[in-house]
Order: sequence, then structure tokens, then C-alpha cells
Amino acid sequence: MIETEETLAKLPLDAWHRANGGRMVPFAGYEMPVQYEGIMAEHLWTRDHAGLFDVSHMGQLLFHGSEVDRALETLLPGDLIALKDGRLKYSMLLDDDGGIIDDLMATRRGDQFYLVVNGATKHGDIEQFERRLPRTIAMDHMKEQALLALQGPEAAAALEPLVPGVGELSFMQAGLFHWDGKPLWISRSGYTGEDGFEISVAGRHVEALADALTADERVKPIGLGARDSLRLEAGLPLYGHDLDLETTPVMADLTFAINKRRKAEGGFAGSLRILAELENGAAQKRVGLLVEGKQPVREGALILDAEGSEVGRITSGGHSPSLGRPIAMGYVATALAEPGTALTLEQRAKLFQATVTPMPFVAHRYHRKQGAAA
Amino acid sequence: MSLYFTKEHEWVRIEGNVGTVGISDHAQEALGDIVFAEAPPSGRSLRKGEEAAVVESVKAASDVYSPISGSVIEGNEAIADDPALINRDPEGAGWFFKLEVSDPSELEGLMGEADYREWVKTL
Repeated sequence: MIETEETLAKLPLDAWHRANGGRMVPFAGYEMPVQYEGIMAEHLWTRDHAGLFDVSHMGQLLFHGSEVDRALETLLPGDLIALKDGRLKYSMLLDDDGGIIDDLMATRRGDQFYLVVNGATKHGDIEQFERRLPRTIAMDHMKEQALLALQGPEAAAALEPLVPGVGELSFMQAGLFHWDGKPLWISRSGYTGEDGFEISVAGRHVEALADALTADERVKPIGLGARDSLRLEAGLPLYGHDLDLETTPVMADLTFAINKRRKAEGGFAGSLRILAELENGAAQKRVGLLVEGKQPVREGALILDAEGSEVGRITSGGHSPSLGRPIAMGYVATALAEPGTALTLEQRAKLFQATVTPMPFVAHRYHRKQGAAA
Repeated sequence: MSLYFTKEHEWVRIEGNVGTVGISDHAQEALGDIVFAEAPPSGRSLRKGEEAAVVESVKAASDVYSPISGSVIEGNEAIADDPALINRDPEGAGWFFKLEVSDPSELEGLMGEADYREWVKTL
């Protein structure tokens, strides 16, 4: 789709981003800040302190109705029936062939389910849910809600004074809190590999909340550029790049999102193919790659085996600010997916040496309670 | 000594028959954090407007075009070792390569410094 200025929507924080020096670019149908002071500095700040990300472009959907968990389980391969109140799970919306329509976070919120889906895919997702869920399930697109992510080792210390008690949440837990009398739905989750929170707040209050958060000198606004390099280092896939309709959860190495019961019972969209891939392996698998040298190897580069035959493609790649070297992820023939496998990459007629490596590239530092189940 | 610019934001500084080429402050600002740079090897002959060097920021890869024709005398090893030098001093120590100018009349098609600085403000 060609985006023109006329068709781009503005975020509730649009003026705030500009006032804070954000460089605005088109993304997912919105004008969004790609950077403020610079991607490298913002990236490293988030790893060392706390970064504030505006992710209000993402879709926030609320589902309710009789046996809403069972209904969603027909489209999502995760165990939603056993999900406790105030807990969230990473999952995927699948098509009937097992292809990934989107990846998302699903939270049980009382007798409702709250889903956060990608901004670029939210309208398509909504059509899918309307068409494929039973009429007994109602869906509310919470367009009036903004979404902020506060990420980094100092995120909890910066948020606790504003929202007392929020530090009690453990990774992948969520709850209703209040700030200045305004309701906030906060989960301990994120897309950087760091400890942190995602905060759903009414769009009309988001500017005041962003000001209150950045009044703390540990917190700086962070743009989309650093969001991408942080998630790449954390080994987290980006929909539309590392995941699409041609990839399945098995190919994408996301089988942790399908639990034992769902593997045994099936009964979700694409389960025939996905269960067969779990049994026999998929033809291709998503892997991490350490690239030799300094030059970034980016999306679209070819992956070659020792004979020079194409065995896959790079789906995300770039300079890792934390490691000071190029890293990438891509899909290769499953026989070549073992860590340590040497591969060659080809970008603009130039060859690069690379080694398959386990992900994440930079260790996750989530706030898991001692003894709590993952 | 005189300084010329292209609309693609390269600069060339002329001293005798030697031209030193780099990218402008505006270009480094637009690119953002530079993480890789590759200058052409000495001896390579370049035509005006030909792809001469590669520069990559965290965001994207870009080509650097030669503002004039000539034969490369020296590539700047300092930018290969420390690509961020281009961000810090784009129109000084962050130069890309020097070449022996083969046709000084090509300089007439380039912008002078004052004109370039004015033009950049309109972008």
C-alpha cells in the first residue's frame, strides 16, 4: 500500500512526540516517531535505564460472551482455558492452513479476554474475528485507548511512585491500577527482552501520563528504530517480516505457545498441518545468525549453503547496538538450523559468513517471581 | 582551495588536482548512527555520478556517488575502523576518499558551499 500524508492517522501523543524532538515517519498507517536523539543512544538507554514507547497504533480488542476462552481457542493455538485471571499469554491468530495472520498477547480479564494485536494488521484481524467467531462472542475495538510501553531495568522503580503496587506484578501478569484517579490497565510484559510494563490508558489522559513518566530522569522517550533493534537482539519476531501467512508456529520456532493439551487435542485453525509439523518437523525453521564483519545484512538477503545453493532468506537483520556487531534472523532448511552451522549470506552481490546461533542474542531480563511457573 | 556539493549531499574539496570526497552534515544527520562505511580502493577509476562508496546507518544502507570523475588515490581507513567518525566530523576527518581529478570542468555543474547551505534549508 502506498501511504500518503493525507491517509496517515495521528496518534493521541502526536504533538507530544514532535515537542520532544521525535522524527516522524509513516508506519502502520500512522505518523510515528522513528527516533528522538538517535537510535543507538535510545537503544542503549533502554538496556541501562528505562525507555518510554508509544505503541498506541496497536489494536486493543476486548472479547466477551459465553465460553469466550473456548471460542478464541478455535483460532489461537494457546491454552486459554487454563489461563488464570490477570495472566497473559503470547499467541497467534491462525488461518485454516496454519499460516500466521498475526501474533498477539491475550489476557484473561475477569469474564473477558483482552487482546493486543499489531497495528498494521489490526483491521484485517478484526474482520477475521468477526467472520470466524460465533455470534455469541462480542468484540469491542478499544479505539479510544492509547498504549504505552515502559521498558528497561529501571522501569519498575520509575513506575512504582506513580502507580503504587505495580512492582508486585510478575512477568506476564496484569491488573487494573489507578494514576491520578484515572484507570490504567497494566501488564508486566514488552517487546525488548527487558523487564517492563505495557500500560493501556484513555487517549485523552496519555499526554499527562507520558509527561509524568518522563519527568523521572531515568525515563526517556524511545522511537520505533530502537524498538526494532531491541526486539531483534531479544530474538522476538516482527509480524510482516519474520512472520506472515506463509509461516506456521513450528516454522517460526514458536511452539512454546502451543501447550501439551492443545498439542494432544488439536482443534484449532490449521491444527492438522501444525500437529504434523510438530511430529515430523517443518521444511524450514526460523534461526538467529551472527554475521562476521561490520556490515549489516538486512531483510531480503539470501542464505546459501556450502555449495552456494539458496536455502533461505534473511527476514530481519541489522547492527546490534548492545553487541556492537551485525545480527540477523531468517528461515533456513531445518537440516541447517542447528546452532553452530556455518552459512553464507548474499546481499547486493556481496558474500558474508554467518553462524547459526541460539536466540535471544542478548539475554532476557524478565521479572519472574522465584518458584513461579514460566 | 574550494568546496563543492551535489544534490545527493556529497562534498568535494579541491586542492590542486586532488579532490577529497565525503558526505555533508545534512546527510549524516538524515542517516543517523553510522555503523559501516566502505571506501573505494586506490587505483579505481570513477566517473562523475558513479557509485563509489557504501555507508550504512542503523536504519538503512546508502550509496555515495562520486561528485566528479577521477582516479582514487586513497580511501580513508579511519572511517572503516570507526564509522561513527562520519557522524562526528562529516565534512572533516570523516572524509571517504581522495581522487585525482580528471576533468576540472565538471566542477561547474556542482553547487558552491553558500548555495548548498541555503538549498538544504528548503528540504
